[in-house]
Amino acid sequence: MKTILSLTLNRRVRDDLVPDNMLLVDYLREVAGLTGTKKGCDGGECGACTVLVDNRPRLACVTLAHQVAGRHVETIEGLANNGGMSRLQKAFHEKLGTQCGFCTPGMIMAAEALLRSNPDPSREEIKAALAGNLCRCTGYVKIIESVEDASRELAQ
Amino acid sequence: MELMPSFRFHRPTSLAEAVGALTLDPHARLMAGGTDLLPNLRRFLARPGLLVDLTAVEGFGSIQKMADGGMRIGAGLTLDALIENDYVAADWPVLREAALTVAGPTHRVAATVGGNLCQDTRCMFFNQSEWWRASNGYCLKHDGDRCHVVVKSDRCFATYRGDLAPALMVLDAEAEVIGPEGVRRLKVAELFCDSGANHLNLHAGEILVAVIVPAAEGWCAGYDKVRVRAAIDFPIAGVAAAICRRGSRLCALRVAITGCNSAPVQISTAEFDKTDWDTATAEAVATAVRKSAEFRRTSNVSAKYRRHVLHAITVRLVERLWMQGSSLTVR
Ligand SMILES: Cc1cc2nc3c(=O)[nH]c(=O)nc-3n(C[C@H](O)[C@H](O)[C@H](O)COP(=O)(O)OP(=O)(O)OC[C@H]3O[C@@H](n4cnc5c(N)ncnc54)[C@H](O)[C@@H]3O)c2cc1C
Ligand code: SF4
Ligand code: FES
Ligand code: FES
Repeated sequence: MKTILSLTLNRRVRDDLVPDNMLLVDYLREVAGLTGTKKGCDGGECGACTVLVDNRPRLACVTLAHQVAGRHVETIEGLANNGGMSRLQKAFHEKLGTQCGFCTPGMIMAAEALLRSNPDPSREEIKAALAGNLCRCTGYVKIIESVEDASRELAQ
Repeated sequence: MELMPSFRFHRPTSLAEAVGALTLDPHARLMAGGTDLLPNLRRFLARPGLLVDLTAVEGFGSIQKMADGGMRIGAGLTLDALIENDYVAADWPVLREAALTVAGPTHRVAATVGGNLCQDTRCMFFNQSEWWRASNGYCLKHDGDRCHVVVKSDRCFATYRGDLAPALMVLDAEAEVIGPEGVRRLKVAELFCDSGANHLNLHAGEILVAVIVPAAEGWCAGYDKVRVRAAIDFPIAGVAAAICRRGSRLCALRVAITGCNSAPVQISTAEFDKTDWDTATAEAVATAVRKSAEFRRTSNVSAKYRRHVLHAITVRLVERLWMQGSSLTVR
């Protein structure tokens, strides 16, 4: 069965006819065409699909699209301002927080959620906030440094 | 796109409406945060005709301190909100401690107290994709007729791995359940039965509404668990304990475990009540725990290892609580 889903996606209100059993990650990628959100596992294990729902991080692969009706969903595509990278995106680029890049959208969205609620996190707080996001490439140190770099910039 | 069983989605705003939806459709299934149910649905481990989402039910996620010093936690409260709650941190820190070890931070934003308690049991032959199970052979928990863990058994030994249940059990918490017959209350421990394929004592159409935690003054309670990946995993063994201490006297002790049997288990510890603490007490408690714990090959961590770590964390926890208890005054 399909029903109308109304939500705000990256600051734009939209309505779509969406199957009741569709996952949020599939809605974002297949219906909205936003393929920045990745799917890295078969159910809640890796964090690659992390998006923001009303400023809080959420795993889009263990969320049904209809569960976020009426909410504000933000994906990696929504972070760019005027076509340029956000501070966090730049920091990941400059501090080598990304290698193959598959985990990066999820990492950045989880980090974005952290910095919105805690603009000046400690190293331990960064580690705790990213604990559910797995990366096969970087060894995590560069990722933590990237978030620290972005938070320093924000604090200034 | 992900293959998913097909189902209808319903979002009631009241408990009466939710119970009504469950009663009308025998193939309906409840969902709260979805962090346990949806991965299972993606693996076709259930085929509900209707999903009843509880997160829009008015007041379902509330938390209140009661006049008698206890606390009422709505089943829809997220683990994140439980962790952030000041009453919980001050008066029932064991709940915060246990909730902080559930899954990862992003799961906890969506995961609820009710979903945590009612989560399905787990087994390495069950929590697998459809194609994995098809090639290995289905088992009697779902779709099949035999058990791969205890081959000659006609029951399922899948393991209960929820972290909150033992913490609530050592606080002597109660569960409030609503259903077609009205509201009933039972001990959290009585919510469960030791059967991997049918581990909840909930009747058709029933919903867990809240847990009621009595005041814990004079008790010192804590939770400890071992997991493969410290950032995100289910317990391979978990233990909660509450100690009431007066000087060198152990006035009362409660212990409950998870990650072993098909239900969380309250350990009978009456032999330790009103005894004098000595250096052998913690070991003796751990030995009592091991007698009640059952380990089967339901995970890829060996039963022997899980038995060892359960013993070790029980000793560690009970000793820690005993030390902490020295600074408490008991009325
Ligand atoms: C990678 C990963 C790691 C995890 N690690 C842990 C862990 O370490 N410890 C742990 O305990 N859990 C863990 N989980 C499981 C899960 O995330 C948590 O148990 C969570 O608290 C479940 O809550 P939920 O609201 O998302 O439940 P849901 O998925 O919504 O529901 C779970 C089950 O409970 C039933 N249910 C939900 N609410 C009610 C209610 N009010 N009344 C009756 N039935 C109800 C549903 O029908 C369903 O069968 C993990 C999950 C993942 C994906
Ligand atoms: S214990 Fe046996 S029946 Fe139960 S899930 Fe595992 S293999 Fe299946
Ligand atoms: S794709 Fe969502 S957690 Fe892996
Ligand atoms: S950069 Fe490759 S997985 Fe993280």
